[in-house]
Amino acid sequence: MAFLHGLSKSHTDSGSGLKRRSLTPYILLAPGLIWLITFFIIPIFSLASTSTMVRPEGSQIGTYVQELRFANYIDAFLVSKEQYLRSFVYAGLATILALAIAYPLAYAIAFKSGKYRNILLVLVIAPFFTSFLLRTVAWTQILADSGPVVSAIKVIPFIDETFRINNTPAAVVIGLAYNFLPFMTLPLYASLERIDPRTLEASGDLYANGLTTFRKVTLPLSMPGLVAGTLLTFIPAAGDYVNAAILGNPNTKMIGNVIESRFFAVVDYPTAAALSFTLMATILILVTLYIRKSGTDELV
Amino acid sequence: MANSKVSQDTGDLKLDRVSKHYGDFCAVDDLSLVVPDGSFFALLGPSGCGKTTTLRMVAGLEEPSAGTISIGDTDITTQKSYRRNVNTVFQNYALFPHLTIFENIAFGLRRRGLKDVKTEVENALNLVEMGHLAQRKPNQLSGGQQQRIAVARAIVNRPEVLLLDEPLGALDLKLRRQMQIELKRIQTEVGITFIHVTHDQEEAMTMADTIAVMNQGKIEQMGSATELYEAPKTAFVANFLGQCNLIKGKVTNRANGKAVVSAKGHTFEVPLSRVATDNDSVFVGVRPEKLRLDDNGINSIKDCVVIDRSFVGTSTQYLVKAPWDLDLVVFEQNDEGLHDLRVGDKVSLEWDAEHTFALDGAQDINAGSDLDDEE
Amino acid sequence: MTKVAAPRPSLSHRASRWFSRNLIRIYAGVAFFYLFIPVAYTFAFSFNDAGKSNLVWQGFTLENWKNPCGAPQVCESVVNSLQIGVISTVLATILGTMIAFALGRHKFRGRKTTNLLIFLPMATPEVVLGASLLAMFLNLRINPGFWTVVIAHVMFCISFVVVTVKARIASLDPRLEQAAMDLYANERETFRYVTLPLVMPGIAGAALLAFSLSFDDFIITNFNSGIVSTFPKFVYVSAARGIPAQANVIGSAMFFIALIIVIVGQVVSRQRKKS
Repeated sequence: MAFLHGLSKSHTDSGSGLKRRSLTPYILLAPGLIWLITFFIIPIFSLASTSTMVRPEGSQIGTYVQELRFANYIDAFLVSKEQYLRSFVYAGLATILALAIAYPLAYAIAFKSGKYRNILLVLVIAPFFTSFLLRTVAWTQILADSGPVVSAIKVIPFIDETFRINNTPAAVVIGLAYNFLPFMTLPLYASLERIDPRTLEASGDLYANGLTTFRKVTLPLSMPGLVAGTLLTFIPAAGDYVNAAILGNPNTKMIGNVIESRFFAVVDYPTAAALSFTLMATILILVTLYIRKSGTDELV
Repeated sequence: MANSKVSQDTGDLKLDRVSKHYGDFCAVDDLSLVVPDGSFFALLGPSGCGKTTTLRMVAGLEEPSAGTISIGDTDITTQKSYRRNVNTVFQNYALFPHLTIFENIAFGLRRRGLKDVKTEVENALNLVEMGHLAQRKPNQLSGGQQQRIAVARAIVNRPEVLLLDEPLGALDLKLRRQMQIELKRIQTEVGITFIHVTHDQEEAMTMADTIAVMNQGKIEQMGSATELYEAPKTAFVANFLGQCNLIKGKVTNRANGKAVVSAKGHTFEVPLSRVATDNDSVFVGVRPEKLRLDDNGINSIKDCVVIDRSFVGTSTQYLVKAPWDLDLVVFEQNDEGLHDLRVGDKVSLEWDAEHTFALDGAQDINAGSDLDDEE
Repeated sequence: MTKVAAPRPSLSHRASRWFSRNLIRIYAGVAFFYLFIPVAYTFAFSFNDAGKSNLVWQGFTLENWKNPCGAPQVCESVVNSLQIGVISTVLATILGTMIAFALGRHKFRGRKTTNLLIFLPMATPEVVLGASLLAMFLNLRINPGFWTVVIAHVMFCISFVVVTVKARIASLDPRLEQAAMDLYANERETFRYVTLPLVMPGIAGAALLAFSLSFDDFIITNFNSGIVSTFPKFVYVSAARGIPAQANVIGSAMFFIALIIVIVGQVVSRQRKKS
């Protein structure tokens, strides 16, 4: 939802309303920024520091000393390259699925909802008032082997008796797409809603058919929302481990599952830290490339 | 209503050599101006001419880069806007959407520490004939109603100077006419100095006692509507206020209170008092409604051809081509002497010497025409 | 809409025309179905006479709603979540609103850095936020618990508050504040009587957002809560051995409470516009 608001261009005017330089802004900024520096920036450095630590021979579990062992990264990658790759594949598939569901939905709300627009917007967010863990657990029931979805699909001829969705990659992707759907829908809605319907009519007037109008007018104009929405879905999906844990099987584990278990089950902090750090770096690089490529720099 | 926080001088508003720069861009350029106490003054010019910046400096919303602004004997150049006894009717009104109409109007009075505001607010509401709307919110009002409330909210404070920033720009034509008369009435009733910024020449001419025509940060000419229209001093003023025919020529003789100008074999007489330059290269100017489709006047052009004609109700407007490379606009009143010419008809033009003026020929003949009329 | 004198099209033709014209609406309907089916399941299974495992339908009962604290630790975790949510929301809303005003209404050096610092936590996966904070607490030998969760929640909520409030400030017409100054309000009075009331809906929205983010957060909480249980953590931990139906009661109740708050908010704001 953050990007949704971030997208709105600031209202500029002859007098932009900005006050002259003084101490006030620094006083306003200080507490919040100090909080972010202390509990976000410094922890990231702390994470970096932990990632090169080593457990001394014969010491207690959970004690580590700094030895600048960068080989930790290679070790960490080697034990988890499968899960690492899987995270990005699943997150990518979930993003595409979410986009396929959210774009028509956002379009319908923006252009076809009339006076029900506000109600529909509330309905998009409403499911998220129920704890997301409960909803993820509900998916295990919906997709269960004896559940309605699998039973319905099994009616189709040539579908194997052993067909199942639960505990398969498909279930994980469905769960991920579902979880971040509003983060996709709301930014898309925000940029579609700002399109003047008359530009679409103008396009039709200028001999573009429905499809061409969509490709040449609607889609480019909704690009900021599309970029924001895909990022807001992809980033959290790549780091998620709840869906893989609840809806998947041991072979669908994602990088988040590895980080969690390294931290809590194996108590191998350096590996967990190295993996977290790599994940963050990869995502930041991907995001930067993506924003560059899509030419939407006004996101921040 | 006196409050020590707010300056209370009466007197003329003076701008002395005021400039405003934004980086390299000079919005207002060494501008000096005196607005007499109690007058209705208009700053007229195309968008970007510096009129709004000038207004905002008087309001205290911008600080001049150089020069001083004073009311009476008090220098208010650097005074905060909430300390000056100057109020503004903003473009698009800027009514507070979270306050009722009553509270909008009471806002200034309350900030000045007045406890009992009821009578003052009611008087102001009655002045603009909106007494029944006191408890509404601004977004429940029409554009015209909001406009009146914006005026009431400013006037209730009895400012020394009331600034109006394109106050009628958002209204439709009919309502604009009505509000022009209304504003003029209010000004006469309260006797406050009004400074009205507009790009609409008709609006300025209808309302203001004095108009200053601004262009590129400078005042081109200042005077009453009649003076500016009948005797413009620059091509910009001639073209910006209404339509104008300008003919390039040379002064051949200045004697007996008149100048003789020759152009392409024709000679035109101009009263010396209406010649705005000592230069010999001039533009001879005449307004379209002063031209007659006849050939016995002192100033005349023969052998012209009608190249376009449009009927606009009260008059018929002709575009006429002179024997040389010059197009002239002629308005003919739709009354008995109507000629009813067709495109291609031969025609002669004539006009009186006292309707002729002459401008410096060293300027752009098209200055002030073809300007975008909208902000 | 346009009336053309043409032969009446066949029923199947008309049906397919209706279908293609309403395709987008039908699609939206299906999407809403997808959105709501897990909510419906959660609600339905709150009436399940489940016993130990609430995965299979056993029979209808109102017992779970009559006694939502019936299962061990459910209510304890809900109370923790509510306390953490309220404290985090208050702190994040204050800190975030201050930053938003600095960004929206003041000139200062370091604006780009500030924007980046606001953006980065939103672009970082939760697992990294949680792990890095835990790494720091462990390095400092701080035992994670209630307050470490509050610290973490304030941290990730600030950015969302800033962005929401900043958008509201940016959409304000600067002429309103100029009008206030013009009408004898000094800087403080302008802020108090004009700016703050106009930005208030944005601040309220940001606070609601912060609370729901905090209440529903699992991953960051899981890393930094030690032995303290929150409601999402309770659900996750018990997912393996079966979630008590009381959890569904709490989840459904939260759904309806939030829905009522949003609807009442909408109705109130609409009435204010009308009256």
